[in-house]
Amino acid sequence: MITFLFYLAFLLLFVVVAVYVERKTAAFIQNRLGPMVVGPKGVLQTIADLLKMLQKEDIRATAVDKIPFLIAPLIVFAAVFAGYSVLPMNGEISGSEISSGLFFLLAIISLDVLGILMAGWASNNKYSLFGAMRSVAQIVSYEVPLGLSVLAVVIFAGTLDLQQMSLLQQGNGLLAWNIVQYPILIIPFVIFFICGLAESNRAPFDLPEAESELIGGYHTEYSGFRWGMFMLSEYGMMLLLSILGAILFFGGWNSPLPNLGSLGLYEMTSGPIWGTTWLLVKASLLIFVQMWVRWTLPRLRVDQLMSLSWKYLTPLSILMLFLSALWKLWVII
Amino acid sequence: MSYIANISKGIKTTAKGMSLAIKYFFDARKKRKKEWLSDENYFDKAEGTFTVQYPKESIPVPDHGRYQLHNEIDDCIVCDKCAKICPVDCIDIEPVRSPEVFGQTSDGTPLRIHAAKFDIDMAKCCFCGLCTVVCPTECLTMTKDYDFSTTDILDHNFSFSKMSEKEIAEKKKEFDDFQADKERQKADLPAIGNKQSGKPVMKPTAKPVMKTGAKPVFKPKIKPANKTSGEEKSVEDIKEEAPTKKVIKPVMKTGAKPVIKPKIKPVIKSSDKEKSTENSGEDAPGKKASKPVIKPKIPKKK
Repeated sequence: MITFLFYLAFLLLFVVVAVYVERKTAAFIQNRLGPMVVGPKGVLQTIADLLKMLQKEDIRATAVDKIPFLIAPLIVFAAVFAGYSVLPMNGEISGSEISSGLFFLLAIISLDVLGILMAGWASNNKYSLFGAMRSVAQIVSYEVPLGLSVLAVVIFAGTLDLQQMSLLQQGNGLLAWNIVQYPILIIPFVIFFICGLAESNRAPFDLPEAESELIGGYHTEYSGFRWGMFMLSEYGMMLLLSILGAILFFGGWNSPLPNLGSLGLYEMTSGPIWGTTWLLVKASLLIFVQMWVRWTLPRLRVDQLMSLSWKYLTPLSILMLFLSALWKLWVII
Repeated sequence: MSYIANISKGIKTTAKGMSLAIKYFFDARKKRKKEWLSDENYFDKAEGTFTVQYPKESIPVPDHGRYQLHNEIDDCIVCDKCAKICPVDCIDIEPVRSPEVFGQTSDGTPLRIHAAKFDIDMAKCCFCGLCTVVCPTECLTMTKDYDFSTTDILDHNFSFSKMSEKEIAEKKKEFDDFQADKERQKADLPAIGNKQSGKPVMKPTAKPVMKTGAKPVFKPKIKPANKTSGEEKSVEDIKEEAPTKKVIKPVMKTGAKPVIKPKIKPVIKSSDKEKSTENSGEDAPGKKASKPVIKPKIPKKK
């Protein structure tokens, strides 16, 4: 329930804000101003775009395979949104408290590949199919280092429940965070972040969409609300992986402020509302980094993408998993 | 080794790129000043956003910018030089002569010709500025206004004439009457007895232009054609050709449209005449001379 009541509403709000922030970030990095016309400093630009998008005609090309074409966006969004169901919100409220939460999350968001392939195939368009094939190859490849880097955290935490993982990082601000407690996790975090970019099909791993070469890839044939579902899924994936990153490495809903002697900063900034705020602030910072990366690095070539995953990230994450296990065995206890 | 080297190179280049990007991100708090190139340390200010939100703000342009033509019509003596020199023929002038000097420009040049039409088609203009160079009274200038985009291309035709239709007609009539009087006087003086039978009303209007025999209107039209084809043909040829045309056209003239023709002709002829008057006298030789003036310009363009 909490997922629907909180995360769905938050996701919709987040998309509106994130698109604006993304455009502004892009503009500032490129010495531009970005949207400036609609509303003060252009803040209403996304709302105007959203209204325009919803009014657009739902075009269905005659050659498309009707049923897969229509349900593909729903599958993609459902798969991504199902991942939110296990996320904790703060110390008191959590999503579904299943003991294999993290495993469930990684498994369910992998299903969006199915929807993407369905969209590309059903579109009956060579560019869409190219995009879908690239997307599937990319997401399946990057699942491996993503899973292995997450496993390194699981070794330290000893649980797959995300709420349990957050509780383990409680106390004394950022000193209790996994990434500070076990500095070896820095490299798994970098791998996790890179794979997160690839999972959410974002630059520099946006080959499936590659508007300059594939005209949008798998969502070329979509318009209006159905296209909006893909957009929503992409931003949903960004937010999901950022929240997950915050929970795994940066203490989840715990306050970053440590206690300074008698000054109980940590206790002062803890509580249900504080917890939710901290979680979302951490996730937002990670999303900003994702945007920052997007407007810095150029898109990878397909072979570079594959070699990065299989030749560099996967061996490195296996190595880090091994080192984490050694650390757990010998350094702690 | 290249494996490790690749990793370190990848990390280094990514870190460099990311640090550059974030530097630009924070530099975006600043905004470049809208300065002209001639300002000092113009090139030093490379930081910050440089978007110019055009309709709201604009980059300063120099006062001597050459972006749009402007004609100070009160100072214009309608000499037609600008229209002649224009490489793209974007200036369209229709002069109406005045019987006497009716004013002065600000630099003291007497005004003798009314500008019934002074149109500059900025859509055709190539901004070479030649017209401003030849302008004797410097009434035609280029200004620093540059925002004259319109939704209709016809709006790019700037009209500088202040005269109304009524005024134009008035001035034309004034001059026609004046010329008619002059002709009558001239005709009376020599009294050679050009006893025109049926067309005395129309001929005075036609005559001032041609100033030759009874039907001079047609001769200039025929002559250039014949002359170019071969002036040294036998006289008989000319005689044969000329009468045939003369036969047809007088029919038209004496026909049903004598009322219309006098109105049309003065317009064409007065403009023809100005060209000729500027170059030389008003006589028939002058007329012939006026055409060579125009012709050399055509080959130049080609």
